[in-house]
Amino acid sequence: MATPTLSRVELDYSGGERLTMNMGPQHPSAHGVFRAILTLEGETVVGVDAVIGYLHRCHEKLSETLTYAQYPSIASKTDYVAAMTSEFAYVMAAEEIGKIEVPKRAQYLRIVTAELQRVASHLLWLGTWCMDMGGALGGGATIFLYCIRERELILDLFESLVGARLLYGFYQVGGVRYDIPSGWAQSCRQTIDLIEQRIGEYEGLLEQNPFFMARAHGVGVISRELAEDVGIAGPLLRGSNVNFDLRRAAPYSSYEDFKFAVPVEAAGDCFARYRVRMAEFRESIRIVRQVLDGLPEGAISSRPGLKSVAQVRIPKGEAYSRVEGPRGEVGCYLVADGSAKPYRMKWRGASFSNLAVLPHIIPGHKVADVVAIMGSVDPVFGEVDR
Amino acid sequence: MTRDQAATLIAEHFAGAQVQAGAALAVTVPVEQWQSFARFVKDTLGCHFFSFSSAVDWKEQGLEVIARVDNLDDGLGVLMKTRLGPGVSECPSLVPVYRGANWMERECYDMFGIRFDGHPDLRRILLGDDWQGHPLLKSYAVDTPYPPYR
Amino acid sequence: MPAWITPIIAPFIVLNVVIGIVTYVTLLERKFAARMQSRIGPYRVGPHGLLQPIADALKLMMKEDVVPTRADRRVFNLAPIVFLIPCMLIFATIPFAPGLGVADLNIGILFFLAVSSMEIVGLFMAGWGSNNKYALLSAMRAVNQIISYDLPFIFAALVPVMLAGSLKLSDIAAAQSGLWFVFYPVIGQLAFAAFVVSTLAAENRVPFDILEAESELVAGFRVEYSGMKFALIQLGEYAHIVGTSFLGALLFLGAWAGPGPAWLGPLWFLLKAMFLFLLVTWIRWSFVRIRVDQILALSWKVLLPATLALLVATSIVVVWRHGAGV
Repeated sequence: MATPTLSRVELDYSGGERLTMNMGPQHPSAHGVFRAILTLEGETVVGVDAVIGYLHRCHEKLSETLTYAQYPSIASKTDYVAAMTSEFAYVMAAEEIGKIEVPKRAQYLRIVTAELQRVASHLLWLGTWCMDMGGALGGGATIFLYCIRERELILDLFESLVGARLLYGFYQVGGVRYDIPSGWAQSCRQTIDLIEQRIGEYEGLLEQNPFFMARAHGVGVISRELAEDVGIAGPLLRGSNVNFDLRRAAPYSSYEDFKFAVPVEAAGDCFARYRVRMAEFRESIRIVRQVLDGLPEGAISSRPGLKSVAQVRIPKGEAYSRVEGPRGEVGCYLVADGSAKPYRMKWRGASFSNLAVLPHIIPGHKVADVVAIMGSVDPVFGEVDR
Repeated sequence: MTRDQAATLIAEHFAGAQVQAGAALAVTVPVEQWQSFARFVKDTLGCHFFSFSSAVDWKEQGLEVIARVDNLDDGLGVLMKTRLGPGVSECPSLVPVYRGANWMERECYDMFGIRFDGHPDLRRILLGDDWQGHPLLKSYAVDTPYPPYR
Repeated sequence: MPAWITPIIAPFIVLNVVIGIVTYVTLLERKFAARMQSRIGPYRVGPHGLLQPIADALKLMMKEDVVPTRADRRVFNLAPIVFLIPCMLIFATIPFAPGLGVADLNIGILFFLAVSSMEIVGLFMAGWGSNNKYALLSAMRAVNQIISYDLPFIFAALVPVMLAGSLKLSDIAAAQSGLWFVFYPVIGQLAFAAFVVSTLAAENRVPFDILEAESELVAGFRVEYSGMKFALIQLGEYAHIVGTSFLGALLFLGAWAGPGPAWLGPLWFLLKAMFLFLLVTWIRWSFVRIRVDQILALSWKVLLPATLALLVATSIVVVWRHGAGV
C-alpha cells in the first residue's frame, strides 16, 4: 500500500448499510481486554478501530522506581502467559550494560525454563484459539480442556522449581534464583514425553477435520512485506515466509550449543501460523531434552548468596536486549545511569507490534474471521498495554 | 551488509550523523534528517523490519526519540536516535516510511507529549482520551494526582 | 370415558412427559460432554448430579427478569412464547406406539415439518426486539441458515415417505417392520446422513451454531434474555432437538420396533431417539464451527442438489420395486 492505512475508520453512512458494532472490552474471545470497533456491511468487516490501554499500568515509569533486584518479579506481569520471557529480557539488558557474567549452569537453566514456558504458552494458545472458533459450548472447549490439562503439568514443574505457577521471580541479574530440586529432571522428561505424544493426537484431531481447515485456510493472510513493515515477530513472521528466529540469528544465553530447527511456512494465513507453532512445540521439547542431558554443574548465579537480593549498580550505558518469546521478539531497551535503578526502560512488547497488524488485515473478512485471526495473532494484553 | 559497511555508507551520505562506538550500530542524526535517514536505512541498508520507536527524557537536555530497525537477512540492527533539543516536542513522523511506526508514535505522544508531523492519526493510545499530562516525562512525578483517581 | 376427555388428557400427559425428558436430556448432554473432555460433569446436586436440572430450573425461575430499556417490549416478551410453541407442537403428531399419540394426522410429517419451521419467527422476534446489534446479527444469520437448511431437511425426510408411500407417521413406522429405512441399500444411508446434517443446521448445533456463537456473538439472539424467558428459550431449543431426534428415529430407525413384547415399544423408541440425540451431541463437542458463508455454500451447493438427486433416485427405486401405480 502506498498510503498508510488509517486506524480510525471514516464512517460514511451514505449509500451502503453500515453497522458499527463493538467487540467490546468484555467479550469471550477478546483474549483479555480489547475493544475493536468494527464497521460492518452485512457480515463483512470494512473497518476496524482497535482501542487498547485497558490494562495499562505504566511499567516503564514503575521500573524507574524499582531496583534491578526488585523489578524482575514485576516484569513477568507484562506477558503473564509466558512470564519467563519478560524477566529474561530485562535481566539480559542489565547484564549487558553492566558486563555481568552469567555462569553456564544458569544459562542452561534459563533455556530450560524459557522453552518449557514456550510449550505452556502455545498450549494455552491452541486451547483458546480452538475455543474461539468452536464456542465455549462446543467442540472447541474439548480441545481447550485437553490443552489446559497438559499445561497444568508444566505449571506443576514450575511450581516445584520456583514456588509459583504463573508469575515467577526466577531470573535475577547474574543468574537464576533457584536450582532444580532432585528428581525434577526426571519428572520434566516424563512430562515432555507425554506432551509430545498428546500434541500428535491434537494435530491429528484438528488437521483431519474439514471444518477446522475451512476456518483456518486462507484467513488473515499477512504478506511478507506487511509483516516486516509493521514489525510483527515470532510465529506470525515465520508463518509469512521470513526465516528469522532470534535464537538462531542472534543467539543469547548459550542457545548456540543446541540443535533445533526453525519452522517457516510460506502461506501467511492462520493455518501457516498454526503449523509454525505446532512445529515449535516439538523443537522446544527437543531443546529441553538436550539441555537436561548436558546440564553442567556449577553456580547458578554470579552474584550468589546475600548479593542476590542486594542492590546491583549498573554503570552508565544503554542496551537493547531481545529474547525470542512465544509471541515474538520481546525486547528491553534499558538506559542505566550508574545507580541501582534504571533511568529509562522501554518494553518492546511482542503483542503490541503483533496487534498493530490487525487494522491492515481484517477489513474484507467476515465477523467470524475476526475471531479466528485474533486467536492466531495470540495477543496477551499485559504485553500490549504494559 | 555488515556493521562496518553500514557505518561507512552512513558516513558517506549523512554528514551530520554520529555513529556510536561499540558492537551495536547506534546512530544519532539531527532532527531535520530523521525521515530521510529512515528512508535511507530502509532502502539502502535494507532494514525493512521496524522493531520499535520510543523516546527518552533527558531532563534539561530535552527529549530524544529513538527507533530501532533490523535487516533480518543480514542480521544488522540499527538504533536511530535524534535529540529534539531542550523544550522541543515536535518531530517528523516515520509513518510514511514504516507502517509499524503508527502505534509506536501514538504511544510516544501519549507518554511524552511529542507531536509527530505527518502522523495520520495522532491520539492517545494507552491512556484515556481525557487524561491530562504525559506520564513518562521526568517532570511527571510518580504520585501525580489525576482526578478522579486520588 | 366421554369423548372430550381424551383430547385434553392426552396432550397434557404428552407435554409433561416431553418436558420431563427435555429437562433430563440437558443433564445427559452435560454428562456426556464431560466424559468426552475427561471430566465428570454435574456431580454434587443430588446423587451423581441427578437433581441438577431441577436446581437449574428453580434458579432460572428466581432470577430477575431484565428487559432492555429501548427494547420493543411486546415483541421482546412474546418472542420466547412464539419460539416455544412450535417446538412443543411438533410432539403432537408423533405416535409413541401404535395408536398411542396425540393426533396421528394423515399429513403427519407435513405438519411436523411445517410447524418446526415456524420457530424462525420467534427467533427473529427475539433478535429484533432485543435492541442489540449482536442479537440482530444473529437473527439475520438465523433466517439465512434455518431457511437454507429446511429444504434439504424436508427432502431427506421425504425419502422414507416415498418408501413407505404415506405421509402418516404411524404408517411410515409400520412400513419398517421388515427393514428399517436406514438399512435400505444406499438411499437409506444417504438419506439418513443428509437428515442428520440438516438436523444439525436446523437446530443450531455446532458445527452450524453461528447463531449463538458464544465466542463471536455471545449467545446471539438470546443475549438479552434472563430468568424464565431464557428458560423458555432453552426449553424450546432442546425440545426441538429431542423432537427431531424422535422424528429421525421414527423415519429411519424403525420407531418402536425392537425385540421383546409390544409394550416395550415406546422404550425402544426412546432409546433410539436418545441414540440420535447423543450422535448429535457427540458431533457438537468434537468440531469447531464453520463460517456463515461456508454454511450457506454447503447447503445450497452441496446438500440441496444431493437431496434432490436422492429424491429422484428414490422415486425410480419405488416405481421399479412396486410397479407403476403405487
